[in-house]
Amino acid sequence: MAERERRLTPPRGGVFVPRVQVLSGQDVQRALTRIAHEIVERNRGLEDLVLVGLQTGGVPLAFRIASALEEVEGTAVPVGLLDVAFYRDDIGIRPVLPEAATDIPGDLAGHLVVLVDDVLFTGRTVRAALNALADYGRARAVQLAVMVDRGHRELPIRPDYVGKNMPTRIDEQVDVSLDGVVLGDVVPR
Amino acid sequence: MTGSAGGEPAGGEPAKERHRHLLSVSELGAEGIEEVLRVSDAFVEVGRRAIPKVPALRGRTIVTLFAEQSTRTRLSFETAAKRLSADVLSFSVDSSSVKKGESLRDTVETVAAMGVDAFVVRHASAGAPAAVARWVDASVVNAGDGWHEHPTQALLDCYTIREALAERAGHPVESVGVECFAGLRVAIVGDVRHSRVARSLILALGALGSVVTLVAPGSLLPPSLEGWRVADVSYDLDAVLPDVDVCYLLRLQTERGTGAFLPSVREYSASYGLTSRRAARLRDDALVMHPGPMNRGVEIADDVAELPRSVVLRQVSNGVAVRMAVLFMLLASPGAGAAPGLARSLGVDGA
Repeated sequence: MAERERRLTPPRGGVFVPRVQVLSGQDVQRALTRIAHEIVERNRGLEDLVLVGLQTGGVPLAFRIASALEEVEGTAVPVGLLDVAFYRDDIGIRPVLPEAATDIPGDLAGHLVVLVDDVLFTGRTVRAALNALADYGRARAVQLAVMVDRGHRELPIRPDYVGKNMPTRIDEQVDVSLDGVVLGDVVPR
Repeated sequence: MTGSAGGEPAGGEPAKERHRHLLSVSELGAEGIEEVLRVSDAFVEVGRRAIPKVPALRGRTIVTLFAEQSTRTRLSFETAAKRLSADVLSFSVDSSSVKKGESLRDTVETVAAMGVDAFVVRHASAGAPAAVARWVDASVVNAGDGWHEHPTQALLDCYTIREALAERAGHPVESVGVECFAGLRVAIVGDVRHSRVARSLILALGALGSVVTLVAPGSLLPPSLEGWRVADVSYDLDAVLPDVDVCYLLRLQTERGTGAFLPSVREYSASYGLTSRRAARLRDDALVMHPGPMNRGVEIADDVAELPRSVVLRQVSNGVAVRMAVLFMLLASPGAGAAPGLARSLGVDGA
């Protein structure tokens, strides 16, 4: 949720100033292809698999993983979209509004859900996502795929598939898109 | 919108926590209305789930204070609050100490002292919700005050119109912004004079650039239309119907007395009721709307209320989502760190 982080970094938002390009667009694509292979290997196929991209940063990544999975296994994998705004634990502490649509394909009961997000940071977004998913049925298992794990966890959450482990300072900012991963700073306006 | 980073620094704001209210549609503007509709999209999705409930307002207390009868508005607000996981205290003046002579102010302050985050207020006197907002340290939503306003009704009407227009165009509703209201021709038919629904709706549609025609006998029009964003006034429903995208029927408010305003209800119905014969003059894709409760056989015929072009029940179901959006937007953001778009659009009481 790089976008959200950037917008809400204290005191109230700022401007993202890029410093280092860590991954190129091609690197991101390779990492997503690798993650797709790892998903197939670990679960011995794609049975009951549903990808759920977290709005907004995880969604394009989820669609890319889905097409990589289709190339590998020849099966189309459903992709759901999830905005976790109503499940966040910082409602009332900072401005929280839904940013984009939630669209989960059907009942998740019995399915294997792979959550996809761009950056894993404190883990609070993932915590909110787990609660939200529970309202769509009892998934058989939930796994987590992220493009960047930047550390600084505040909850006992770990990813199952990681594009890049990237140690960061807590005040730095990671920007992920299909064009690459950029490390930078947020400067107040 | 909140997507833009930043906003003004917090310096210079009063130290006291600020509460946001929704007292009038005029506080919102086009931008504020669009934001409410956008957040409502998310709550419509919540309403479609097997478990249509989110933990967003856990631990908050919302009081519905209704000093005038209401079924749908009250139930709609209470459903909305419960689906947000807020605690709901229901307060009806009929069964309260107001009957023992306690003033509204004392009653409200007493309830507020129990720790309340929001009051949803309906009252027969215009301005009562604004007064409550001055008295208490909580957010206030106007759920209808006298002949003044009923802002959430106008918002849910706008939502329903937008949803129907999106459906007609084959687009997902989230992708349709408020530009769909520009130039939209809306006839508001009936008792405009006594209607807070009409007032709020005219304000909303005016802000969004729709073309509003009022259709009513002269006695049911307000004494002056100065300052109302109304394109036209007509006394001839038959002539107006073929040209409109939306035909919005108001309830004939018989409890406010018809005697002085109308020769008879039957005569009103003959000239201004949407009978099936009249409804045939509507374009095929025109919408028929009514805020409820309907006086069947007076302003709307039975078979018209059942027509596919009638979106009356959609108005009701969208009402819950739109009220969830309003309550969430008022209560979810912290007072001091309010989202800039929201603080601007929903009236901020600096107190």
